[in-house]
Amino acid sequence: MNTPAIVARNLTRRFGTFTAVDHISFEVQSGEVFGFLGANGAGKTTAIRMLTGLLAPSEGEATVAGYDIRTAADRVRERIGYMSQRFSLYDDLTVRENIRLYGGIYGLQDDEIARRSEVMLGELEFTPPVTAMVRALPLGWKQKLAFSVALLHQPAVVFLDEPTGGVDPITRRQFWELIYRAAAKGTTVFVTTHYLDEAEYCDRLSIMVDGKVAALGTPAALKAEFSVASLDDVFVTLARGTASSGERSP
Amino acid sequence: MSARPALLAFMRKEVRHLLRDRQTLAILLLLPIAQLLLFGFAVRTDIHAVRVAVVAPASDAASAALRTRFANSGRFQLLPAVPHADSLESLLRRGQLDVGVVLPPRLADRLTAGEATRVLVVSDAIDPNTGTTMQTYAIAILRDWQDALGAARGAVRIETRLRMRFNPTLESVNLFVPGLIALILTMVTSLMTAISLSREKERGTFEVLLVSPLHPWQIIVGKVLPYLALAMANVVSVLLAAWLVFHVPFQGSVSLLLSASMLFALVGLAFGVLIAAITNSQLAAMLAALGGTMLPNTMLSGLIFPVTSMPLPLQLLTNIVPARWFIEIVRGIMLKGVGLSVLWPQLLILSVMLAVLLTLAIRRTNVRLA
Repeated sequence: MNTPAIVARNLTRRFGTFTAVDHISFEVQSGEVFGFLGANGAGKTTAIRMLTGLLAPSEGEATVAGYDIRTAADRVRERIGYMSQRFSLYDDLTVRENIRLYGGIYGLQDDEIARRSEVMLGELEFTPPVTAMVRALPLGWKQKLAFSVALLHQPAVVFLDEPTGGVDPITRRQFWELIYRAAAKGTTVFVTTHYLDEAEYCDRLSIMVDGKVAALGTPAALKAEFSVASLDDVFVTLARGTASSGERSP
Repeated sequence: MSARPALLAFMRKEVRHLLRDRQTLAILLLLPIAQLLLFGFAVRTDIHAVRVAVVAPASDAASAALRTRFANSGRFQLLPAVPHADSLESLLRRGQLDVGVVLPPRLADRLTAGEATRVLVVSDAIDPNTGTTMQTYAIAILRDWQDALGAARGAVRIETRLRMRFNPTLESVNLFVPGLIALILTMVTSLMTAISLSREKERGTFEVLLVSPLHPWQIIVGKVLPYLALAMANVVSVLLAAWLVFHVPFQGSVSLLLSASMLFALVGLAFGVLIAAITNSQLAAMLAALGGTMLPNTMLSGLIFPVTSMPLPLQLLTNIVPARWFIEIVRGIMLKGVGLSVLWPQLLILSVMLAVLLTLAIRRTNVRLA
């Protein structure tokens, strides 16, 4: 438990002459809720893809759950969960079939899947029948279910790529309660978001600007560093800094 | 962690997708049989009721015998005798006649004297294929007629020899069934895998699979096997229908035919996976799969146009069309009854194609998401 859940050292990814992620370094501790913020095109998605093994880094190194993403990608994959902004369950399968699919992919036996899904659905207070088609569920339930399914194999680290896009504020609140519950059990949560009020919920944040980590710290520390009252202002200050450097159109 | 339950869980999901979409499944199961019936009944290159007229300057026993042969052949509709060859031209022009047979003057004398008997066959060749076919029918009847005359009199010269082996009744359905199997296999395999894989890419579920411990080969195998089963069900149903409805002859080994079909289906499946790996949307994948398989498989496979009558560059191009080799295999097995000793080069070519496509497909999927 002493090794950090995620370590990135000078992690870099270039596409041709464009550097999407430019020597970023950070550490995320076990059980931490780590917010990963940045404007569109700042390099968040590229960074998360490297950490989840979807993309090879051009330079630098990183470990996730103690394993090198370059040399032990298989080990990393067994120990992470992933939920993207795009809905990750299958619409034409039932709730139970989806759970069994993901459990099976991660090598769980059927009885183990049945046991865990019962616990999971209980904790979710999931009311729709498990034989319901996922397409028939309300969006809020779909998102919460997708998150729980991503945790079914009890990963050390879960990556959430804008998990609350398009859901109502009440569901977002409930979703964050799930995140806290997972973190309390020791799961490290790496989450990207557009909502700055959500960023306040994170233990620590990093804000990416133009492929670099422009700010890193607790929400309170960041506000103090930039002498502003809200994270909104931190974000705007950083964004304005970029605009004045002339690299981005206003 | 063992690979087996993961693969099984994934395949179970694929089978569910397939079974749950009832409409698509029904189309996939019934369309091939409908296609066979359409091809078998509607698309025929053999011709019936060819209108024929015999020009006989004098009426005698020999010309009467010829007229009877035409009338009883089942292929021809005999028109009243035409006294002079000059009137054939206008009948043909007006489309009232398909074939004219002109007998020489003094037919009876010539036959008795054992002189060479020249018979002119004029056919309406506005459609060259039809024209050739009708001419072939007429020549066959003339030959029979001469044989009969020769047997009765002796010393009648037979000038035309035409042998039609393997498909003596010239039933075009026999030629279409092999091509149809190729067409159906291509559709089910390439098109359906390409669509199903690119749908996962489009919806974002593919990302989740790639992040999971599933290996790319497991994803591909899991995608491919259910469709392979469906494709084989189609092969069996089309063969049964061809046999029961059209009495297509079945000369060779059934197990060799099924093995070759499976090999060809795997080529199509690998092609579908490759297309899905390269394209970025369901629509693009569908169009690429259609364009990349349907067109060459119908035009360049020998299904409709014989490979030997194509210009050389196109003939060379047919070498990389899997269906070309597969159709040769199926025609060989079904119509000629030949086996491995003759067909191994075609089977080898298909195996090499499969290896190349599969390698490319796994490699492209392995790149993960760029």
